[in-house]
Amino acid sequence: MSNAKASAAPLPAVPYLKLPPDGEPYLEGQKCGPCGAIFLGERQVCSKCGAKGALEATRLANRGKLHVYSIVHRSFPGIEVPYISAIVDLEGGGTVKGNLINIEPDPEKIAFGMPVEVVYQDALGRRDKEGNAYIAYFFQPAS
Amino acid sequence: MTDAFVVGIDMIKFGRFPERTVPDIGAESALLALDDCGLKIQDMQALYCGNLGQASAMVGQRILQEIGQTGMPVVNCANACATGATAFREAWMSVKAGVYDLVLAVGVEQMGKGLLGGVGGGKGIPREGLLGSGTMPAVFAEAGQEHANKYGTTFEQFAKVSVKNHHHSTLNAKAMYQIETPLDVVMNAEMIAYPNTKLMCSVNVDGSAAAVIASEKKARELGLMARAVKVSASALTSDPWQERDLVMPDVNTCTRRARDKAFEMAGVGAEDIDLVELHDCFATAEILHYENLGLCDEGEAGRLIDEGETALGGRIPVNVSGGLLSKGHPLGATGIANIYEVSTHLRGEAGKRQVEGAKVGMTHVIGLGSACGIHILEKVAA
Repeated sequence: MSNAKASAAPLPAVPYLKLPPDGEPYLEGQKCGPCGAIFLGERQVCSKCGAKGALEATRLANRGKLHVYSIVHRSFPGIEVPYISAIVDLEGGGTVKGNLINIEPDPEKIAFGMPVEVVYQDALGRRDKEGNAYIAYFFQPAS
Repeated sequence: MTDAFVVGIDMIKFGRFPERTVPDIGAESALLALDDCGLKIQDMQALYCGNLGQASAMVGQRILQEIGQTGMPVVNCANACATGATAFREAWMSVKAGVYDLVLAVGVEQMGKGLLGGVGGGKGIPREGLLGSGTMPAVFAEAGQEHANKYGTTFEQFAKVSVKNHHHSTLNAKAMYQIETPLDVVMNAEMIAYPNTKLMCSVNVDGSAAAVIASEKKARELGLMARAVKVSASALTSDPWQERDLVMPDVNTCTRRARDKAFEMAGVGAEDIDLVELHDCFATAEILHYENLGLCDEGEAGRLIDEGETALGGRIPVNVSGGLLSKGHPLGATGIANIYEVSTHLRGEAGKRQVEGAKVGMTHVIGLGSACGIHILEKVAA
């Protein structure tokens, strides 16, 4: 779909996904200096220790371990199923939820704690009202 | 500080009433609770009303417009699935504080069918199914999978929770369903979000429940002590910071903290509890809460369901009402409906599903986001 208002480059699906014009995409966390807690998205105060103005942007790792998952077979109208909803603990800190791809949606094939890597791809063809394309992050099995 | 007692309590039979209004459904249980103790709305000093779907629409006042506009103070509250328990707790606090000595709490919800939850909204593109799932069956599946990861809990063990609670509901005429669901039926039902099948998800229903709470002096004055139930603890917590909590709601820690506060307040321990109505919004959740509420040791929840200890007749019966899985889960009403269930057992009036000799009971709800409400109720010594 073409639309005069759509931007030329795809947009990030969430604000904490960064798409540098001349570099690789990455996930950005906000790390609290005093206590080390990591959050997704900017905030004024650390909700763990209460430090004010002590959060700094940090680049999150592209590797991690699968903490838990669910295989979703019924979702809202128009959303293709099945998909694997996965919660991943990234190396060096930060926990992110996303789709686990490139693996069969079968509990026999998925192991808790399995190593995964973050990959960045088109957001399943989803477009906003202006026709903009988006980039999202996904997890896939890593060696 | 005075003790506070439930002197009147009731719920309507849960079901689907699309032709009715929210205040009309709420008014029905309010009148039932008043009838239960022979009082009138004009006797009440305040109303605490819990409802989620119309949280900004003054449901409490609209109930009074149907059953008696006395001009009493009305507080409307919303706290996700802990809404009813929160309304009850506000009512309880007003009596404990000595501000009032006779108050009414009502929880009501009109739900419709379908999935709750979802990721995102707002600007941009829909994120459900793109960045994982925020649907409630998936969120609670993931919470249950932590238990599976730690202790090897199986799909079959989660499914047994549903078999048990559906069986219990065959003994409860006020439950939405009275249908036996054997293990193979539960496990082979449509998979919604592994490991939760359709029969392992709570039923979205319409319903209401209400309670009249009195101070000890007032209850005695009115001659209502014979069927009174003592509220010996009310605890409410929110979710403390957890490493993963921005992407994975933690229903465990807030429950454990509320449990500790409640046991301390009531001066009882898990070994003193005769029955529990806990928040089985999904079968996976019930397993977690066996340990969260101290009904067994860490890692023992699978064994508890395997050995039937939480079934009616077992060591510590859980959700003998049928639970949210089969009695139904009208969000704002649930927290008072489970107090109704426990109170009915403590009064010895639960008929075929009576937990024999019940003296102390516990109710538990979780509102995701999160709020945990726990009440401990005690039979009044004759």
